[in-house]
Amino acid sequence: MVNGADTAWILTSTALVLFMTLPGLALFYAGLVRARNILSVLMQCVSIASLMSLLWLIAGYSLAFAEGSAWVGGLGKMMLAEVTRGQVFDGTGIPESLFFMFQMTFAIITPALIVGAFVERIKFSAVLLFCTLWLLLVYAPVTHWVWGGGWLGAMGVKDFAGGIVVHVTAGVAAIVLAVMLGARTGFPSHVQPPHAPWMVMVGASMLWVGWFGFNAGSALSAGTDAGMAMLVTHVSAATATLVWIGIEWARFGKPSLVGAVTGTIAGLATITPASGFVGPIGGLTCGLAGGFICYLAVDVIRNRMSIDDSLDVMAVHGVGGATGTLLTAVLMGASLGGVGFDEGVGAGGQFVVQLTGVAEAAIYCAVVSIVIVMVVKATTGLRVSTDEEREGLDLASHGETGYNN
Amino acid sequence: MKFIIAIIQPHRLDAVREALSGVGVSGMTASEVKGFGRQGGHSEIYRGAEYTVHYLPKVKLEIAVNADVADKVVETIAQAGHTGKIGDGKIFVLDLENALRIRTSETGPDAL
Repeated sequence: MVNGADTAWILTSTALVLFMTLPGLALFYAGLVRARNILSVLMQCVSIASLMSLLWLIAGYSLAFAEGSAWVGGLGKMMLAEVTRGQVFDGTGIPESLFFMFQMTFAIITPALIVGAFVERIKFSAVLLFCTLWLLLVYAPVTHWVWGGGWLGAMGVKDFAGGIVVHVTAGVAAIVLAVMLGARTGFPSHVQPPHAPWMVMVGASMLWVGWFGFNAGSALSAGTDAGMAMLVTHVSAATATLVWIGIEWARFGKPSLVGAVTGTIAGLATITPASGFVGPIGGLTCGLAGGFICYLAVDVIRNRMSIDDSLDVMAVHGVGGATGTLLTAVLMGASLGGVGFDEGVGAGGQFVVQLTGVAEAAIYCAVVSIVIVMVVKATTGLRVSTDEEREGLDLASHGETGYNN
Repeated sequence: MKFIIAIIQPHRLDAVREALSGVGVSGMTASEVKGFGRQGGHSEIYRGAEYTVHYLPKVKLEIAVNADVADKVVETIAQAGHTGKIGDGKIFVLDLENALRIRTSETGPDAL
């Protein structure tokens, strides 16, 4: 039976999670690029949101959540066939139409996160084709594995709101694209700094607020799980923000705004998988670990390995999501304020399960993403010409400019 | 007549303008420009990576004056624009052949 309170909260959460992408993530990314590419980033986010929505209706939802095998959902719910107007989603008090919408906002933000890897140099047609194939061949199956009745869920993997499903998959795809697409011209020595750090802060703040819907909404009910998920989400975000401020202050003498809000996002990504299973100590620990580890990851991937994952999708989301997923194995223990382990499972056993989940999802995502990029390269091509890159994608790909006096 | 071009620190603009009205300069053009000199730009750090910003924001003043006050104007700009730090800018003085006030068609010193 439909529960009014649960339904009201998930309606709200759905709006919050869409708000994370439009305009939260879009502004977060747009501020980090050069002025000549701001519109292209916003355009990529808007287009991905629209295209993923239709794909979710046509087949994505079915592949993720319809009854199928351990590997992928069936085709029974394509175009929401078999879903009636009054249908309640199994095991919840919310309409299936709402569950579809809530999950759709996750299917939107995950490919949109990957945008950070390929900004300022990718063809617009390549973005659309890559995201289309990636949603159907990577996101939907992995979602099925973890949340849709697939093999990782059956194995006992704990991923409350998408540490594996959203952040690890987006991070791995980001690295694949960054490597196969190649770095921006001039990277790393002659790349321009972010054109609007204030915009980065505005976008990050929207993400922070929206994340309450992402994590506390993943309880799929308006109760104690949602309340605690919101609490730990906020504690982790605040902690990781302070960690980045502290690191930059100690290392460079000046704490930067871009650094502080990057810490926020790292803390939010890290708590995501743990958010429904841990208590305040867990939130604090995820914030500390996510802050430090993601900071190191940015340094390693960008500065040491010289991979132009331009806006640090892997370092912040992939590494944060994986860190949180692994930490869940320890922090979910009742002695640390968590929900406690499944019967007959301890922290060690759970850790192996979590590690398997992260590794299998990452490997599958990497392999399929590589194939998809090869297909895209052979059809639409990947990169704009060097001249177009210099001119900026706003004018070269979309015929408009961001700032006109 | 002399034409004075001064590149100054943006945050000294108000002080320079006030000082110049004190010595009788009745008009000037100010533009926001970017450039570098001996300072050679500066570095900014984002997410641990250092970016070199080669072109720094400056203000360019263009002032046409009678030759007899040119030295006084240059001295005033130099004083009001001075912070003593690298990046304070430069002043250039050129001979000015002619001037014309569009509204009245006056030319020469009358147009200033």
